This record gives sequence, structure tokens and C-alpha cells, in this order.
Amino acid sequence: MQAKVNLPDPSLITEELINKYPAKVAKKRRKSIVVNDPETTPEVQANVRTVPGIITQRGCSYAGCKGVVLGPTRDIVNIVHGPIGCSFYAWLTRRNQTRPETPEHENYITYCFSTDMQEEHVVFGGEKKLKVAIQEAYDLFHPKAIAIFSTCPVGLIGDDVHAASREMKAKFGDCNVFGFSCEGYRGVSQSAGHHIANNGVFKHMVGNNNEVKAGKFKLNLLGEYNIGGDAFEIERIFDKCGITLVASFSGNSTVGAIENAHTADLNVIMCHRSINYMGDMMETKYGIPWMKVNFVGAESTTKSLRKIAEYFGDEELKARVEEVIAEEMPAVKAIIDEIRPRTEGKTAMLFVGGSRAHHYQDLFTELGMTTIAAGYEFAHRDDYEGREVLPKIKIDADSKNIEELKVTADPDLYNPRKTEAELEELKAKGLEINGYEGMMKQMMKKTLVVDDVSHYESEKLIELYKPDIFCAGIKEKYVVQKMGVPLKQLHSYDYGGPYTGFKGAVNFYKDIDRMVNNPVWKMIKAPWEKAESESLEASYVAS
Amino acid sequence: MTTNGSATKTMTAKTATQNACKLCNPLGACLAFRGIEKCVPFLHGSQGCATYIRRYLISHYKEPIDIASSNFNEETAVFGGSHNLKLGLKNVTQQYQPQVIGIATTCLSETIGDDVPMILKEYKAIMGEADLPTMVFASTPSYQGSHIDGFHAAVRSAVQTFATGGAKKNLVNLFSGMISPADIRYLKEILKEFGMPFMLLPDYSQTLDGGPWAEYHRIPPGGTPTSAIAESGSAAASIEFGSTLEAKKSAAGYLEESFGVPRHQLPLPIGVKASDRFFTLLEELTGQPMPEKYEDERRRLIDAYADGHKYVFGRKAILYGEEDLVISMAAFLREFGVVPVLCASGGKSGLMKKRMLELIPDLEELEIQVREGVDFVDIENEAKVLKPDFLIGNSKGFTMSRKNELPLIRVGFPIHDRFGGQRLHHLGYRGTQELFDRIVNTVIEERQNSSPVGYTYI
Repeated sequence: MQAKVNLPDPSLITEELINKYPAKVAKKRRKSIVVNDPETTPEVQANVRTVPGIITQRGCSYAGCKGVVLGPTRDIVNIVHGPIGCSFYAWLTRRNQTRPETPEHENYITYCFSTDMQEEHVVFGGEKKLKVAIQEAYDLFHPKAIAIFSTCPVGLIGDDVHAASREMKAKFGDCNVFGFSCEGYRGVSQSAGHHIANNGVFKHMVGNNNEVKAGKFKLNLLGEYNIGGDAFEIERIFDKCGITLVASFSGNSTVGAIENAHTADLNVIMCHRSINYMGDMMETKYGIPWMKVNFVGAESTTKSLRKIAEYFGDEELKARVEEVIAEEMPAVKAIIDEIRPRTEGKTAMLFVGGSRAHHYQDLFTELGMTTIAAGYEFAHRDDYEGREVLPKIKIDADSKNIEELKVTADPDLYNPRKTEAELEELKAKGLEINGYEGMMKQMMKKTLVVDDVSHYESEKLIELYKPDIFCAGIKEKYVVQKMGVPLKQLHSYDYGGPYTGFKGAVNFYKDIDRMVNNPVWKMIKAPWEKAESESLEASYVAS
Repeated sequence: MTTNGSATKTMTAKTATQNACKLCNPLGACLAFRGIEKCVPFLHGSQGCATYIRRYLISHYKEPIDIASSNFNEETAVFGGSHNLKLGLKNVTQQYQPQVIGIATTCLSETIGDDVPMILKEYKAIMGEADLPTMVFASTPSYQGSHIDGFHAAVRSAVQTFATGGAKKNLVNLFSGMISPADIRYLKEILKEFGMPFMLLPDYSQTLDGGPWAEYHRIPPGGTPTSAIAESGSAAASIEFGSTLEAKKSAAGYLEESFGVPRHQLPLPIGVKASDRFFTLLEELTGQPMPEKYEDERRRLIDAYADGHKYVFGRKAILYGEEDLVISMAAFLREFGVVPVLCASGGKSGLMKKRMLELIPDLEELEIQVREGVDFVDIENEAKVLKPDFLIGNSKGFTMSRKNELPLIRVGFPIHDRFGGQRLHHLGYRGTQELFDRIVNTVIEERQNSSPVGYTYI
């Protein structure tokens, strides 16, 4: 149950947000700003290009490919082909953690390799230098895999990173070398890079090792990148429940695990946006169903564990999961009982990611706080409205430019883990099998949903809504705090975390308590405390 | 270039840059544009560049930094960015109402060869110049140079855009380079104490280190006013920090060439000697003696050298970062007997060793190695041979510091693993004092921690 909160009239807010834009821009932005109705889930324009000059929080294709999806695997040497900046800016900045088996085991995450392209390479081509760089990385580490990432100039000067990779792979014989055409101008955001990365990992890694390893309940965890140690907490819970994690895509992962991922019997998906392609492709090729889960929030973790147990349909597993929940929840409850009186009734706004703006609403609900406005930075319509809208999404020039792999059932390895009837039965029990209902069905009526919120709009939203906390990233953090509103970073977690599972939920409750109830905010006079005149007075009760 | 054979081999054998010791050209331009009043930086290229550069600058300054972009897509990359640039400028103007838009290119727009000045000309013709913000343009392809080049290119371009000539005024220009907001504030204080009207560019002391906002600001308050930049052409003199900064690439160089404003190039004033040169120049230009408060600071600093040198004399340090910072830091370390055994930079001016020899004549005798165009793997390889007592540089040396158990004294940019990097002083007697205290304390802490006695008095 969520508390009733006084919200300003959302339709007036939409006007306020766009009235400074030129008419054409206003018309376009209006389609991305929607007053929510969880029953009807109105259409949200998403995954369309940001208008030039509208300062966006979005990143680029390279960021999604190298930074998000490939970055966390510790034993791939990543070489960035291009001028120095792209490599430097993605150097350990995502705060992915990893845990090599021993300190002697491979971990290249702290490394930042770049071909450091110079003018002569732009003029005469950089492939030769790239090949030398690949050779150097090989000689230096003898890694299992080397991945090449193309930055903007690469596609334009015609360097063929794929040919270079094939050549070097053949030359080495014992090192998997593959390239990504993830130039920053491809697609509308980092989302394009996720798709490109999924394709590459699927083509070049998944299925390379058919050894079926021990474990009764084997699954892969997709779309969990181990920011702040999130994956460690989920791994701890899986271990405790007797669930075997074959591979993670890609927090705390290794080449070996990913190559073996197709031997699992279930894919559970955390971040639907960045990895759903992998779920679909593995389903088609190997017959492994995927299921949406959420380990952000103690209640959500409980629900997700029960769903996994239900999927495997094993009484012993179900009983074990209940035992684990019973063991873990008292510590969570003790903390929430203490904190909740201080957070109850407060409001939050979340503008982040492609799944986090949804997932973290669960934690706020557990704190008795209401999400009054939310949106993603780089999601698609299905992440808002649910996957049933997929057939209705218009394919535009930008999405057409991203390769769709033609995947068919593997003649030898395709093995449907569940029959159609079994899957239907599971769905009837509320399991999101090969499906995702999106963010909006969970949000209250008359809350606001804004896709790709601009810098300008987020400042306006704060001014109009005066939320108790704003969740976004470092780019927004300091401007929001200048206005006396605490900003919780949900990319880097403000260098804290983990926030998943039971222990993570406790961390989050404490962090939010510290932020929203911190005496420092009383020392900052927010602009609206000076002049109330600008804000919208009309308000009504949403529930 | 070096007396050490083995480490050099490792270095010359390398083609890829591993753990870079430099950032990219447009980042520097965005930073400099942030120091112009009511200016929005604008990157002509893909949005990722603006996003990465924003998040990187913000991680150091902990202040909002808006950078607009022309958001290239695949068609733009093929057919040119003219339409996107014009549309972007229009939108930024409408939302932010800036007085200035600072436009810098990226590797993408430079690779396809967009003629930005031509596009801007067209834009002005379409829009009518009257109500437009002034557009300052810097060419900053990331495949040339490093962030420091973009910084200077933006400053030069701002001056080229705004400066007008005219009768000489009682005014001095100070182009202070890529320094901390705290350093900028200190320099402004000094100039005020001398009673000399001045124009300091770029001044991001408030835009990148300001207070909470009692009212909404689309663009943070602060920065060098364009009216002040306009007057720079009629100044009596320009002071420009940066040992390797060539006149043909610098703002002061432009003013000298175009308006006959004498250019006084100085090393960054770190250490007693370099600070003396700065203050002496101010005395000459203003005809005023150094204010007593700085005499005091100078006396305290020399007293501190006398008291503290015993801890640090003969110690070995590795310095890395922008060339100009490294050069001045090296000369400063020599003032109390620390040997900067390796002076390294990712930059490649070709001038570093020459300039260092001017400041440290016994450079060769001391076997001080000067390396341009290196990365952290090169530096680390050298460190294994040179066995320094500590490292001085930005946060990116931490991996090397941790692995080799070498203390790291953080200076310059980026500092994103310590709080308050934007408030560190490096310049003048005050900044030198702060640096000296930090260096001495690093050595003391090391000694204290490794002592079996557990001294509390050291």
C-alpha cells in the first residue's frame, strides 16, 4: 500500500516543462512526457534521438557496449580503437567489482588499453596499429579473449576491426579475438551499444564450451553488472538456496562461464533493457526460457526467489528458499522498523538507466516513500509499457542500423527446458516467463513518466514537485543538490552499495535515511523557499 | 633520452597506450569555456563525448557542468553536421539564453571535415546576428594533442573572438592555464592587492566551486565577463603561465601579435623562485611593491623549508601530469633537495626537457629523466628501476601507487579519489606552502607508520 500524496496537476506540469522549447521541439518532447495510468499504460515515446542542443544525460553506443556489457568480464582484454578520450573515460568509471579466484588469477578490469589514434591514422588508416596493439596485449597477458571496440572515427575511415580480429585470432590459435562496431554515433543512446554487445557475445562466446557441469538448479543471471558488489550479494543468496549460477552477464563474470552459459536451464533477467536480446536468442537457439526478476528490494528479492523455485518446481528447493527468506528477513525488518517512521510519506523521483528507475521504486515502497515521477535515460517503450507493445513499436532508421541476428534452433543443442504447456502454467502462476510488464503498471495513477529527461526538464521538475530525494547520476547530482534536494546516484551508488538482496536493501534504507534526514539540507535554502510564486498551486490527491 | 636501458626498451616496444596519462582535447576546451561568464560549452560530435566529458569533469569539481552536443547520428556522420549544429545552437540559445556558446569539435566532426566556421557564418546569416549569443569556436580533434591543447585553444579562441584594440589601458591580462579554482581565487586576490585592474581568463573559480543557489540558474554564476575579454587587446601587458605553451597557440601570443600587448610567459608559479618571478613581474607592471601579506607568506614558506627539509632532502619523487605542471613541480622540489627522478607526461610538446633545463641546470648530473608522451605502464616500469620514495600527480596514478606501495601526493586534475581536489592550492607562496606541508607530512606519515616504536612525536 502506498501512502496518499498530494501531487501537482501533472497536465500543467507538462506544459511548464516544454514551454521554453521551440514549437517543433516542444511537439516532440510532449510525446515523451506522459501522465501515468497503470490500467491503460498510455504510450510513451522512447528510444528516439535526442534533439541536438537539448542537454541529455544519455551516453553513446560505445559506452553501452564496452562500458556496460563487456566491461565487467574480468579476463577479457578490452582494446579501444580510437583517440585516447573514449578509453580514458571508460576506465574503471562504472565501478564494476569482480572477484578473481585468487589474486594470481586474471583481472584486466583495471587496465585501459587504447590504440591512441593520431592524425596519421585518421588519414592513412589505423588497422595496422590495431593489429600491433592486439599482438602486444597477447604477448603481455596471453589472455583467453581480446575484444576490440570501435570509436567514432573508426567506421568513417573504414578500418575493419572484424577482419583484423579474425586475422589475429587465426594467428594466435588459443585466444578468442572479436570486434564490435560500436561507434558512438550509432543508434540513439547507449542502448544501441547493449544490442551490439549482446550480438557479439552471443556470436563469439556463448556455446563455445558444451561441458555440462554439476548442479541441480542451474541458471544464468542476465543484466546484472555488479556495481558496488550487487552480484556478490545475489551470489551469496543463490549459494545459500542451493541454486547454481552458471554465468552472469556480466558482473563478476569470466570468459569460461559465458562460453558455458547455454548449459543452464533458466535465464533470469535483471536489466531487461540491456540484455533481453541475449535472453531471446538463447531461448531460440538452446530452448532456455527467460524470466524477469528483481533483486533490488528485500520484498522483491523474496518474490524473485520464490519465482525461481516455482520455475524449477522442486519441493526441496521451495522449502530451502522459504528457510533462507525466514533466516534473512528478521535482520531486514529490524532495520526497516527503525527507519521507516523517518522516511514514511516522503517522495522520490527517479530518472536513471533502463531498469533502475523501475527496480528502485520497490526499495522506496519498502521505505514508505512514493515515487512521484520517473523515467529512463535510454530505455524503449517495452520497458515502460510492457513487452506486449513490442509488435507496435515502429522500426525507425536508428533501430534499423543495429544488426538483428538471425537465430535458429541449434540442431544438436536445442533442448526446450519446459514444454509450452508447462510455460503457460508458470505464467498463470504470475511468473514473467519471456515477458516483462514494464514500469508504468507499478506506478501510481497521475504520476509523471518522462523519457530521456533533459537537464533543463529535471531542474524544472524539482522546482515544481520539490521531491524529498532525486535519483539519477553524477551529471545531475550537483545541480540538484544546489537546490537543496539530496541526489542519490543510482549508477555509482555514491560509491556505496551493494543494494541488491537482503543485505543490500539494508544498506539502501540506511543510505536514504541518512540523505533525506540529514541536517545539512536545513542549511540550504531552496529557491522555492524564497519565492513560492513560480510553483503551481493546483494540486489534487493521487492514489 | 635516458640513462636506463632496460626500462627504455619496454617503453619503445609499446604501440598501444596502456593506462593513459592524458585526457582528450575537447575536455580541455569545455573546461576553459566554463570560465567565461554566461557561456555554455557545446561539442560538435556525438552525444557520448559530451556525456563522458561532463561526468569526468564533474567527478573532480563536484559541480554541475552542462555541455551541449550536436548529437550526431549515422546520417550526420556521412552527410555532415551542419544541420545538427545549427539546430543545436538554436535550442541551447532558447533554453539557456547564454551570452556565449563555446563550440569545440571532436574526432568525429574533424574526421568528416566539417567546416565549422563556415557553418557558423551560415547560421548567423539565417538568424540575423543581433540577438544571437557570441559563438567562440575551437578546433579540438581528439586525435591531436591532449586536454591541455584544447584548453589553450579555447582560451585563444575566446580572445580572438572578443578582444578589440584601442588606447592602452591600465590593465593586465592573466592567462593562468589549467589550475584549480582555489588557485584562481588566490591569483585574483593577489592582483587585487596590487591594486591593478586585471582580466583573468578563464575564471572558473566560482562556476566550478560555488555555493548553493538561492535562485535558479540555468548557467552557474561566475566566469570572466566578455566585456573584460574585449578589453584584453588594450591591456598594458599579458602574463601567461605555461612553460611549453607556444605563442602561436596561446591567447597572449595572439594579443601580442594583433594588438602589440607584450606577452610575459612564466612557468606556473610553484616554489619560491617561480613565485618570485611572478611577483617581481607584478611589481614591474604595477609599479607597486609586493604587498606585505605576501612578503609574510614568502617568509613563512622559507622558514618552513628550513624547518622541514630535513625530512625530505635527498628523497626521490616521480612526477606526472600536464607538462607545465610537471616542469614547475620539478623546479619546486629541487628547492629543498628532493630529486624528481622521473618527470613524465602524456603530452608531447617536444619542449619539456629544454624548458626543464632552464629551471634545473643540473638536470643531467642528477640523472633526472624527462619523458613526453608516456603512459602509466611506462611510468610504472621506470618506477621499478628508479625506486622513488613517493609519487606526485593526479588520481590516475593510484593503481601504480597501490601496487608498488608508493605514497601518492595528489595534485592537478583529475582528483576523484579524494575530497576537495578543486580546493587544493598549488600556486604562489600560499600554494607552495600547502604543497610543501603535504609532501613533508607524507614522508613523516610513512616513517611513523613503519616505525616499530610508534612515535607520536616525529
